[in-house]
Amino acid sequence: MSLANHPQTLGQRLGRWTVWTATVLVLFFLMAPILAIIPLSFSSGDFLTYPLPGLSLRWYHELLVSDKWLPALRNSMIIGVSATVIATVLGTLAALGLNRARFAMKPLIMGLLLSPMIVPVIITAVGVYFFFAPLGLTDSYTGLILAHTALAAPFVVITVSATLQHFDYTMARAAASLGAPPIRTFFKVVLPLILPGVASGALFAFATSFDEVVVVLMIAGPGQRTLPREMFSGIRENINPTITAVATVLIVTSVILLSCLEALRRRSERLTTGKVT
Amino acid sequence: MNLQGGASAPPADRVLSDGDVPLKVRLRRAERVRKMTAFGLVAPLLVFLLLTFVVPIAGMLWRSVGDSELSKVLPRTEAALVTWDGKSLPGEAAFHALADDLAQARADDTAVIAARRLNYDVSGLHSAVMSLARHPFDPAATPSYRDAVIAVNHHWGDVAAWGAIRHARGPLTDFYLLSALDLHQDASGAIHRVSADRAIYLDVLARTFRISLTVTLFCLVLGFPVAYLLATQPPKIANGLMILVLLPFWTSLLVRTAAWVVVLQDQGIVNDLLLWLGIIDHPLRLIYNAIGVHVAMTHVLLPFMILPLYSTMKSIKPHFMRAATSLGAPPSVAFLRVYLPQCLPGIAAGCLLVFILAIGYYITPALVGGASDQMLSYFIAFFITDSVNWGLASALGAVLLGATLLLYAVYSKLVGGTDIKMG
Repeated sequence: MSLANHPQTLGQRLGRWTVWTATVLVLFFLMAPILAIIPLSFSSGDFLTYPLPGLSLRWYHELLVSDKWLPALRNSMIIGVSATVIATVLGTLAALGLNRARFAMKPLIMGLLLSPMIVPVIITAVGVYFFFAPLGLTDSYTGLILAHTALAAPFVVITVSATLQHFDYTMARAAASLGAPPIRTFFKVVLPLILPGVASGALFAFATSFDEVVVVLMIAGPGQRTLPREMFSGIRENINPTITAVATVLIVTSVILLSCLEALRRRSERLTTGKVT
Repeated sequence: MNLQGGASAPPADRVLSDGDVPLKVRLRRAERVRKMTAFGLVAPLLVFLLLTFVVPIAGMLWRSVGDSELSKVLPRTEAALVTWDGKSLPGEAAFHALADDLAQARADDTAVIAARRLNYDVSGLHSAVMSLARHPFDPAATPSYRDAVIAVNHHWGDVAAWGAIRHARGPLTDFYLLSALDLHQDASGAIHRVSADRAIYLDVLARTFRISLTVTLFCLVLGFPVAYLLATQPPKIANGLMILVLLPFWTSLLVRTAAWVVVLQDQGIVNDLLLWLGIIDHPLRLIYNAIGVHVAMTHVLLPFMILPLYSTMKSIKPHFMRAATSLGAPPSVAFLRVYLPQCLPGIAAGCLLVFILAIGYYITPALVGGASDQMLSYFIAFFITDSVNWGLASALGAVLLGATLLLYAVYSKLVGGTDIKMG
């Protein structure tokens, strides 16, 4: 209700003030803990308390020389990138199929494809543990990549489906009528246009795998401990400033991810609707 | 691409299509090819998810009702108990069969399977099974197996032990599902509640729902004004506010949990601030208890409330409110009678989404909660990794899955299809 142009009563002004105050407090609640952890990572002291005794980069140094965090980052990247690639290919194909035609069981299939987002992760983790153990897929990268792909694929399906809803199929038809075979039409016309949507989906997929810890807790061996897994035991056993350094790195990563997503969203809007923003 | 179906049809058909019938036929064929292509595109992911998600979960559900291990170890005992009335101790044959089965099990190294399975039902049976398996019987020197077996371990003189054996004969059992609801079937087949000192899961279930509900309400109260401003401010301000909502949403769950541990611990920022202000004179316990769980979970789930609320509020046209005020309604009345009813779909969607996500939470309560704040997921993980009882873990999983899917069905009815907003 934009009543800005109208003369306001005292009650309305009071209402606006209340809403603004509440919002500022809630946003403070959302942001403050995340921001509070960053300066602690630059502390020269051993304790997670303010005021800082001095500034130093010792915890970042610790992070680089420890035999725990860099391998964990490597594991997270291996699993995250592999799961993202598979989830993006499978998810994009599925979104194209779902967008293409109505078939009888479409709602059921859609529900099934999205269910890994809804089913509590612990249930997926337990199921996967029972199923993978006899196949020798626990304590292995393959098992983790497969499970993470299942958890990440729905995000690709949703994001690409949303992009395709605005997709103008006359372009694909034009290519086909000019004699381009379907595969060529797809790679030369459709894919470039929906690429921002696919890329956002891939980012969502990567973020899902990169932040996943329940499945890792259940089926990973000591050789596949990921960054969240190390953080989990770090927080549980003995929270020290190295954790805040890792957290700071991860916060910066999410800022970068979020900026990429926003850029992609704008680009996608421009490409699929032809609007210049 | 869909035109291909028609264009690549064999020439014989094309001749036909020049007549008056076939356009319909051709269209139908094109439609069929289109459907096949569409399905062909969906199939790879579908098959992948069936293998890595659906089948594993079905396997878990099967484990919650499957019970075949005991009858493999004690086949003769199970056979001897088929005609047992379950009221008084079984006859000599059953005792003899048990002694024979366990002698065999000791040779096969499988006695421990029977011991573990029976101990789930009646505690104390682990040692009863193991001691009996270790005890050699000489048939010639054993006039009564019944007396001899009871002499080895007194549990075998209890009807409950035999009830446990018969109850676990498989291949299907309701034992784990009943246990997950704090119910127990005794030797005579009657189902009753377990004694108060063994009843935990109904409490856990109630606690899971209670925490989820409270967190949902917190999220609604905190999220409503934010969503309202996001929806009603000019784009420039709204976008800025939106970033402040999305950044926490995108920050790793573990980072946010670590942040709360740092902020809320005894020497944390909140306690330091309160001490410094002189409001308290010794640190408050803010973490590893219910306070920590509620604060951290509300923080994590708040964006899932704000985003659906925002998208509903965004679609409410401002002139409804203007009409209401111009007709003389005071702002509060206009808000309650005109604006709020239009928000209801968003409120319902946001609340259900947050609630559904909350009941499955594991990591946050595990890290910031105390022993008495753990939710259902914690116990599922506990019975898988720490105390090995996969049947019970699966049954608790089945309960959690059932609750989640039920709520999700309501959610998709409400939101219309499977449209999940993610900001």
